[in-house]
Amino acid sequence: MKFMDEYRDEKLAHKLIAEIKRTVTRPWVLMEVCGGQTHSIVKYGIDRLLPKEVELVHGPGCPVCVTALETIDKAHAIAQRPNVIFCSFGDMLRVPGSEADLLVLKSRGADIRIVYSPIDCLKIARENPHKQVVFFAIGFETTAPANAMAVWQAKKQGISNFSILVSHVLVPPAISAILQSPDNRVQGFLGPGHVCTVVGYREYEPLATQFRVPIVITGFEPLDLLEGTLMAVRQLEEGRAEVENQYPRVVQRDGNRVAQQIVESVFEVCDRNWRGVGSIPQSGYALRPDFAAYDAERLFDVGAIATQESGVCISGLVLRGAKKPHHCSAFGKACTPEHPLGATMVSAEGACAAYYAYGRHLQPQDFAAKGQPS
Amino acid sequence: MCLAIPGKVVAIETDANGVKMAKANFGGVVKKVCLEYTPDVEVGDYVLVHVGFALSRVDEEEAQRTFQLLEELNQLDELIEADPALPQENPP
Repeated sequence: MKFMDEYRDEKLAHKLIAEIKRTVTRPWVLMEVCGGQTHSIVKYGIDRLLPKEVELVHGPGCPVCVTALETIDKAHAIAQRPNVIFCSFGDMLRVPGSEADLLVLKSRGADIRIVYSPIDCLKIARENPHKQVVFFAIGFETTAPANAMAVWQAKKQGISNFSILVSHVLVPPAISAILQSPDNRVQGFLGPGHVCTVVGYREYEPLATQFRVPIVITGFEPLDLLEGTLMAVRQLEEGRAEVENQYPRVVQRDGNRVAQQIVESVFEVCDRNWRGVGSIPQSGYALRPDFAAYDAERLFDVGAIATQESGVCISGLVLRGAKKPHHCSAFGKACTPEHPLGATMVSAEGACAAYYAYGRHLQPQDFAAKGQPS
Repeated sequence: MCLAIPGKVVAIETDANGVKMAKANFGGVVKKVCLEYTPDVEVGDYVLVHVGFALSRVDEEEAQRTFQLLEELNQLDELIEADPALPQENPP
């Protein structure tokens, strides 16, 4: 496919790797923020092609992984109501809650449907006027315009049997939290290209300045990731800490203003609890009071929920970049994509699932050889 | 979740609810895409699509930039050819 295949050229990739090798003089730790980038890096083995001085650690940019257990349990409580059609992106169906997952609830008779786009829920709502259609609105800034438009159109079209359970998260507060963590090792970031397609990258500029870290807004194909790495390594070697844009074919500094306007009219910033990470101030979106009629948490009083996490899973440490999947005693043994203990083993963008999918549970010695921490 | 892929706009229309939509071709698969966030897109343009919404037009000139950078790295060809671990276009 155009704009994808040409960015997967092996010979050009090796040219970039050679330039990174030529540039680097000492060890650096970079974090790719987005789970889609993690997936590409592990799929193409990019981390193993880099010189040993450059270590990539995996960030929290997997919305399925960071959706709070309490919110998952709320979703399960709503989905089991008799008059509800519960709609979700497919990734969420296998995420373990305290008691079950959505796929198990579906097998028990709950009306749970996978949708490609939140806007598809409006059609379901029109076709089922006597049912309440609830969409599980998770995601980062990339997904917010789609979820906002579903609510905006529901109001405009007078659809009253549609609501969303909101678990939106924002990247810059998470970067700030990672950099302020006492166990932080990250010295530079490959920024989230698709998040910045929507919001631009002005918000990242004060972060680069305040924490003295390079942030390179980076795409998702192998050549993008290698060029982003090269740009970040150059900054570190030269002592610069700036925001640079590796992905200008879709990202502009101001982002997509039309999308931002709809998002800002539907959502407001709120504190958010991240699974495995904890509460981060001003790190999420909630519906504005004008759209309270579309807020599933208000419509369905699910009460207080007592959550129960797995005692073994270290997904919180993996999401903060402090540990890697193979450092977990359950990885590939008690915890697999078929029987996940934590959300990072569920989504294709979760670091644990990516490591498992590309066979890294079979070859842990390779990591030791590359000098990764154990 | 933040997966977004480029597709070529092959038709633009307004649906029954007044929403600006397109048909976009993704390597042979044609899907409906909402154009409300990219109102200036025209037939023939490539758009970056996430969960059914076009979020940006793909800028063809900017798309060449990575390859221009690689052109500038041409002086490194000798280095690459000297490294037997790297792929050779014309192996000896």
